[in-house]
Amino acid sequence: MNSVNLIFAGVGGQGVLTASSIVGKAALLSEMNVVMSEVHGMAQRGGVVVTEMKIGDAKSPLIGVGEADIIIGFEPVEAYRVLEKAHKDTYVIVNTEPIVPITASLGDSEYPDVDELLANMQGLNVLPLEATDIARKVGNSITTNIVMLGALSKIPIFPIKKEVLIEAIKQTINPRFHDINLRAFQMGYEALKI
Amino acid sequence: MKYQNILIDEPGRKEFLLGNEAVVRGALEAGLDFASTYPGTPSSEIGNTLFYIAKKAGIYFEFSTNEKVAMEVSAAAAASGLRALVFFKHVGLNVAADAFMTTAYIGTNGGLVILTADDPSMHSSQNEQDNRYYAQLANMPMVEPSSAQEMKDFMKEAFEISEALKLPVLFHTTTRVNHVRGIVEYGDMKEKRGKGYFKKDPNKYVPIPSNSRRMHKELLQKIEKAREIVNNSKLNHVEWNGGDIGIITSGVAYNYVYDVVKQLGLKVNILKLGFTHPFPDKIVKDFISKHKRIIIAEELEPYLERETRIIAQMNDISVEIYGKLNGFFPRVYEYNPDVIKDAFEKILGIKIPREPYQPKKVDLPARPPVLCPGCPHRATYYAAMMALKQLKIKDAIITSDIGCYTLGIQKPYEMADYLLCMGSSIGTAVGFSKATNQKVIGFVGDSTFFHASIPGLIDAYHNRANLVYVVLDNRTTAMTGHQPHPGLPMDGMGNKAPYVDIEKLVRGIGIDFVKTVDPYDIKETIKVFKEAIKHEGISVIIAKRECALLWDAARRKQGEWWVYEINQEKCTQCGLCSDWLACVAIYKKVDEDGVERVYINDALCDGCGVCATICPFDAIDKRVIE
Repeated sequence: MNSVNLIFAGVGGQGVLTASSIVGKAALLSEMNVVMSEVHGMAQRGGVVVTEMKIGDAKSPLIGVGEADIIIGFEPVEAYRVLEKAHKDTYVIVNTEPIVPITASLGDSEYPDVDELLANMQGLNVLPLEATDIARKVGNSITTNIVMLGALSKIPIFPIKKEVLIEAIKQTINPRFHDINLRAFQMGYEALKI
Repeated sequence: MKYQNILIDEPGRKEFLLGNEAVVRGALEAGLDFASTYPGTPSSEIGNTLFYIAKKAGIYFEFSTNEKVAMEVSAAAAASGLRALVFFKHVGLNVAADAFMTTAYIGTNGGLVILTADDPSMHSSQNEQDNRYYAQLANMPMVEPSSAQEMKDFMKEAFEISEALKLPVLFHTTTRVNHVRGIVEYGDMKEKRGKGYFKKDPNKYVPIPSNSRRMHKELLQKIEKAREIVNNSKLNHVEWNGGDIGIITSGVAYNYVYDVVKQLGLKVNILKLGFTHPFPDKIVKDFISKHKRIIIAEELEPYLERETRIIAQMNDISVEIYGKLNGFFPRVYEYNPDVIKDAFEKILGIKIPREPYQPKKVDLPARPPVLCPGCPHRATYYAAMMALKQLKIKDAIITSDIGCYTLGIQKPYEMADYLLCMGSSIGTAVGFSKATNQKVIGFVGDSTFFHASIPGLIDAYHNRANLVYVVLDNRTTAMTGHQPHPGLPMDGMGNKAPYVDIEKLVRGIGIDFVKTVDPYDIKETIKVFKEAIKHEGISVIIAKRECALLWDAARRKQGEWWVYEINQEKCTQCGLCSDWLACVAIYKKVDEDGVERVYINDALCDGCGVCATICPFDAIDKRVIE
């Protein structure tokens, strides 16, 4: 392929759009071409949020089946839901903290066991991360998305330099919150075992 | 992206923009003076961007009451010589269609661009109509951008086309162009005109039959002139790769074609059409006569395909054409690279290697969109449900409308039985009340009430309908991202504005039973619902409480936060809060002792306290978070 293809998957309210926009901004700063697609609309909070991104020579805002190189899963079930777009060498970062949907609380469905879910992803480069916990330790669970970006910057095929990604974070986030977010980024980077 | 970056006058500057932001930049570069809209996904961010920058940029911008009004407001501005942009989602053009059709007859002075945002796959719409046919219906020029960069470039060009032909231009976009982000290189900015001047000329602007007979002929002449422009437009171009297979494509489909052709190294030539009405007959004739096989890739309806087949027939060109009409491409839902690959496999008789990972089948819980924690609509629906239960009414017909509250269709509320379009809850309620002996309750949001419900309400009053009509007044246009509406003291440029009081308006019609309730006061709300249901004739309830997301944001800013939690010693697991109020923050869990208990997720709870109000055992307590 002529591009590195990324999928960010999570739940409304987790900062998925912000995180993916930061990566896009970093691609621009790196003078790389980037195209990304996002869905807005219904479900401000609690619905599925997926963005797809291609960095490199590509125009299509959607990724074909079997063509995602990196999946950034903000939530275990949502990471699993997009796996049909993975291939055998795909890196899958999974935040291990579930967000139980209303269908499961009402008893219409069951939330699967996270360890079993991770075990079912065998064959892929699965990289579990307690991202929400790390964010809480940093001081606020709202920085979970930046923890995920720290982890992403450690993936060998991710084409953007760590410093550039940090610069994009600084350009996107209110300066008042730079310290906590940069700490979240570094903790995410260090926590990812690869 | 910071909104003010859109205003930077620096040709060559690059920004990572959403398609809907890029389109605003394009309008600014064209010297935009005036804009109007009614919010609707996937067009809403255009309005949000203008809301932030209009004042600074010296542009007049308004959130109009509905799309028809928006169309009329901008048509008049363009008739006064200004450059005007009106935009809405695809079904919004249905609302504006009456004004839209005649705008083509009357024509324009200043550039007038009408942007439609179609929604293939219906990510947040009731249908996936292909609005390209509106250009044909109205005889209006049309452009179709494919990327964020083209959203900007084509917008600038669309204003030029409009002024050259003195015709409005239909700017056709789809979700994956509106909501794509890409790198956009800025161009130079044109001067704005500021205020316009309307030169009176009734023969030109008033379509009484004697004038419109002339106008129709003139319109057809203009569209013939447009054909010359379209055949020489830089918005249409060919990418030559050799071989005797040609692909004709437009809009977002072009991107999928481009990536797949590149990935497979196919020897095919691509005719990328960006200016598609009137149809570029010379370009297409020339292109198809150079090929043995033609593939047509476009989302939804076979618009390019039909036009291409006409050209082949009229010019006696013998070429194989592969599209939707002979079953090679789907006519439903949005495209993606795999749709293109599937079609190529069938048409070219090739096998494209695809080796996706095969995930083990796991039953994943669905995560449908839901009413947010604290949403006042949930409280209103709970009250309506309880009132109907207490009155032992099982077959009440619930007419619903367009907004977050349509989610009331879900269990346990099941508060949506019939829905057509914006404002339909009242007209259809009148119909059901006359056609049946069932109880009828209509639900409508505040913005939708102003948009298209008032004529229906007058109809209900005048024709003595027997129904309950509930205005879910959450003080904003919530679903599309919290835009102001005529019921609020702020306009589309952030200025203070006079507002319309819904209760006074309803009373003004002559309706006597009008009660405003706070849905968080569940007891009172149930009481009022019971009275309204028992009332013969029309009764209106206004359930007034600010959208929880706005309330949350205000409290977080103040540093005030509290949540509710279950007192497990008092809780009897009766299920009223978890199964009947069914707030997303409330869940059940089997504990280590094997007992199932109800809990509240403190990360989701927004402290509305409705669950505590309805708890018969006083088992839900408030906990203030420092």
